[in-house]
Amino acid sequence: MSLPTALKSAFFAALLGTAALTPLAGAQADEQYFPLQSYRVGPYAAGGTGFFGGFIDYLNLVNTRDGGVNGVKLTWDECETQYEVERGVECYKRQKSKPGVAAWNPLSVGIAYAMIDDVGRDKAPLITVNHGRTDSTDGRVFKYVFPLLLNPYSETSGIVNYIAAKEGGLEKLKGKKLAVLHHGSPYGKETIPVYQLLAEKYGFSVEQIEVPHPGNEQQSQWLSIRRSKPDYVVLRGWGVMNPVALKTAQKVGFPVDHIIGNVWSNSEEDVIPAGEAAKGYTAITTQASGAEYPVLQEIVKTVYGANKGNLDDKKRIGSVYHNLGIVNGILNVEAVRIAQAKFGKRALTGDEVRWGFEHLKLDAARVEALGAKGLFHSINVSVANHEGEGRVTFQQWDGGKWKVVSDWIAPDWALLRPIIEKSSLAYAAEHGITVRDPAAEEASN
Amino acid sequence: MTDAVLKPSETSASGLPLTALGVGALLVVAFGVLPLVGGEYLFDAILTPFLALALAGLGLNILTGYTGQVSLGSSAFMAVGAYAAYNLSLRLPGLPFLLDILLAGVVAAAVGLVFGLPSLRLRGFYLAVSTLAAQFFVQWVFNKFGWFSNGSASGVITVPPLTIAGVALDGSVGRYLFSLSVVTLVTLLVWRITRSATGRSLIAVRDHETAARVIGVPVLRVKLFAFGLSSFVIGVAGVLWAFAYLRTIEPAGFNLDRSFQILFIVIIGGLASIRGAFLGAGLIVVFPLVLARLGEALLGGLFDSGVLEMSQRIVLGLLIIGFLIAEPAGLSALLDRALLNRGWRRLTARARP
Amino acid sequence: MDWPFFTEVLVGGLLSGVMYSLVAIGFVLIYKTSGVLNFAQGAMLLFAALTFVSLTERGLPFWAALLLTLAAMVAIGATIERTVLRPLVNQPPITLFMATLGVSYVIEGAAQLLWGTQVHGLDLGIDDRPLEISGVLISIFDLFAAAVAGAMVAALTLFFRYTRIGLGFRAVADDQLAALAVGLSLDRIWTSVWTAAGVVALVAGLLWGARLGVQFSLSLVVLKALPVLVLGGFDSIAGAIVGGLIVGAVEKLAEVYIGPFFGGGIEGWIAYVAALGFLLIRPAGLFGAKLVERV
Repeated sequence: MSLPTALKSAFFAALLGTAALTPLAGAQADEQYFPLQSYRVGPYAAGGTGFFGGFIDYLNLVNTRDGGVNGVKLTWDECETQYEVERGVECYKRQKSKPGVAAWNPLSVGIAYAMIDDVGRDKAPLITVNHGRTDSTDGRVFKYVFPLLLNPYSETSGIVNYIAAKEGGLEKLKGKKLAVLHHGSPYGKETIPVYQLLAEKYGFSVEQIEVPHPGNEQQSQWLSIRRSKPDYVVLRGWGVMNPVALKTAQKVGFPVDHIIGNVWSNSEEDVIPAGEAAKGYTAITTQASGAEYPVLQEIVKTVYGANKGNLDDKKRIGSVYHNLGIVNGILNVEAVRIAQAKFGKRALTGDEVRWGFEHLKLDAARVEALGAKGLFHSINVSVANHEGEGRVTFQQWDGGKWKVVSDWIAPDWALLRPIIEKSSLAYAAEHGITVRDPAAEEASN
Repeated sequence: MTDAVLKPSETSASGLPLTALGVGALLVVAFGVLPLVGGEYLFDAILTPFLALALAGLGLNILTGYTGQVSLGSSAFMAVGAYAAYNLSLRLPGLPFLLDILLAGVVAAAVGLVFGLPSLRLRGFYLAVSTLAAQFFVQWVFNKFGWFSNGSASGVITVPPLTIAGVALDGSVGRYLFSLSVVTLVTLLVWRITRSATGRSLIAVRDHETAARVIGVPVLRVKLFAFGLSSFVIGVAGVLWAFAYLRTIEPAGFNLDRSFQILFIVIIGGLASIRGAFLGAGLIVVFPLVLARLGEALLGGLFDSGVLEMSQRIVLGLLIIGFLIAEPAGLSALLDRALLNRGWRRLTARARP
Repeated sequence: MDWPFFTEVLVGGLLSGVMYSLVAIGFVLIYKTSGVLNFAQGAMLLFAALTFVSLTERGLPFWAALLLTLAAMVAIGATIERTVLRPLVNQPPITLFMATLGVSYVIEGAAQLLWGTQVHGLDLGIDDRPLEISGVLISIFDLFAAAVAGAMVAALTLFFRYTRIGLGFRAVADDQLAALAVGLSLDRIWTSVWTAAGVVALVAGLLWGARLGVQFSLSLVVLKALPVLVLGGFDSIAGAIVGGLIVGAVEKLAEVYIGPFFGGGIEGWIAYVAALGFLLIRPAGLFGAKLVERV
């Protein structure tokens, strides 16, 4: 192309840049909109496609089967982030201008952090299911942030409780030796103080071993493990680090059934690449995998039957990330439903949906009515507790699928609450936030 | 790889009056008009990141464009700047934030000097790859030592609100204007330096090290100076990135991809050219957004977002390649020639090499 | 000192180093003839492994999949050379480098568009049980990988020593102008070098894929190869091998013995720092051609 033409097109592009980027109108009056900052490309694509696929599948189910929530249709659109913070921010700014935003679900710690300020100002809930900022559990300080089901500290406590159960009780932990193999990132290091706390309480010892990002080489770490001979290795991994850990463990002869994975080391994508080496590996989860639950059967029938399913590969229906997406969908939709009961059957504001999340209580009976009995246990969110006392279970990889091998285990919330509050109150002081009084708020509602 | 990596494209100073007029008009629009008409999206998602990245590009251009030393570790110096400013404002609360920025730049410059030492012995890709040491080492340090993030449990920092002389600049327009002012000042500084005797010794070192030495240019000192100045500017860009744009800092945000992005800005914008950094940053920031929007608008109904995104990646790659083939000297040269063709600057053209 | 443990770490490091060398060789081939640091090597590796795995998952037998992938890699290598590098000939190296970054975007995008973003396991049929030799564990898979790498280097050496194109390659690497002057076709040599780089990417992709699983992160293994290149020289195959061994050993020994003093995780940068330190003493690397300052 000739130069003036090139220049013209450059100007045209710039023009388009400013014109086209003014947001389009999306949702109509009686529609509740879920902006999805998804990632389907890049290193974490496998998690993104599964999670957002499950989320969308559930929203689709609610629309097709029930005609929305009490007649309010659910809408959504996706904005690709590639798991990069600045893309997530751009998506937030782009999507937030559409009407009827219900809640944000970025599934990325970095993006969630960058949004904390903004969601406070824009008054819309930010959901970080199974991950996120631990101290945002304290809803008195983080009014709009919800690390639903499981924050990183509870996860740690759940893992330790499971190991104790395996060994025959908490008192049997005394003198045991744990090694935590963690990813070399803020995420990987986040639970170090909690392990220390628990080790002191129960009298076991902990060795923290870091694997540099991305973790495609772990020979030296596993040789160290082989030398120190811990009783269990906890894998706090991320992406490619997980299969490599399992393969290298096999290489140095560490028994795979004594490796316990955390919540980001628990998917099919983490074990399939490791092949035989993953057989017998156990990992924590908040939601069981498999497609036998009624809600999944309905999704298969109603959504995939009408060719509206989101997953390209139907074999992934019922996989760990897909089910997490579905559970996340249930939690979001139920929060909307609960808020509607108070504010009316219409499209709600973000602040009203936030109220819904703060009263999101799903007991065993309600979970069963939703067709999710056994898929996840229960949730009980309140103004002060934005995590909602999620239970965990453990599943073991048999080479082809995950099999649940434990009951629903409760983390030791009471033990963790003081350190969470210490951190959240420090944040409140630093940022000039007035701590809410849950009792007063409940009384005024 | 012993030769200078690039060729000059910057014009002589004879075009100054017209250029000055253009820059002046741009500044009037940027300072006076945009804040009145723009929306939050324009500032938060486009202009503020554009300014921060343009500044980083400008910093790298001092090193790569003017002095001929390739660095793949730019984002490490952004990280140093960001973390330094955070810790200064945290630990020395009495200091005004503007001084924090300046000091953060100085800290980045100091780190840059250390990682610039290999340039005294290494050339070309050997040097480029060795700057990766800075990239990985710095990221590791910030990740490893909780002191830098004030012991934050998750290692991700939420930065304090931007306050200058008691005025809180926490709105999107405020943060944009703040970035714009900093970028304008630093750009002016860089412009002055490149037009000075020091600037000419940078170019001399780039074009022919031995000859430069023969005519009495202190080559080693000049190289180190380039590393220091470049890191200073990139460090300041890092402060803007963290404080004015994202308002959060995590080590992973300053990764190798960001370094490549900055290098792209410099190469595509035009080496050894101040406006090149701005043109390049404009393209790198805006183009993917336009592409995403167009893709969504035209094909959104037909394909799912993953397919669209992958196609965009391909298109972006092809465009970079096509652009490098069509115009290796960058957008800056393209602009020059376009203006030339229209006869606007016929008189200023004679000095072009 | 616990000598058996030390030996184990050392041997493990050396064997890992071979894996780095595998990737580094692809860089060397191209750098030697055309002076390009081909960053797309990682993307090519990903593409090769992904194509192979997807073909076998669709029921193709091993050899058919291998041949098809090989054909694809040859085609990709030749296409890059034709469409990207030839138009950019005589441009500064940094421009060429950026162009290969563009190429890596295209290949990564195309690979995932074609085969999806799913994570795959790749089983080359080697049971990776550890082998114990007088108290020292050695991985059978790593030994196999080392053997493959050795075979590949031998094949490359034979190729360059005894074929016409190979001789041409060496002539071009020695002196491009002289090679042109005696009537060698640069185009043909470049095309064949890029083809060879495609083949190397296939071999490295399969071995790394079997280790990591076939997924996007596979393209990140180039970061392990770069310090090897700095150490061994960008233009020496022997340097890539020896450099790889040194980098592997240094990395593992440092992580195990020095790492604990810093809380570990130093593997990500120690290789770069070690290579850098070495270069300050010997700027051309182990085997690299000596840089002569031209006046």
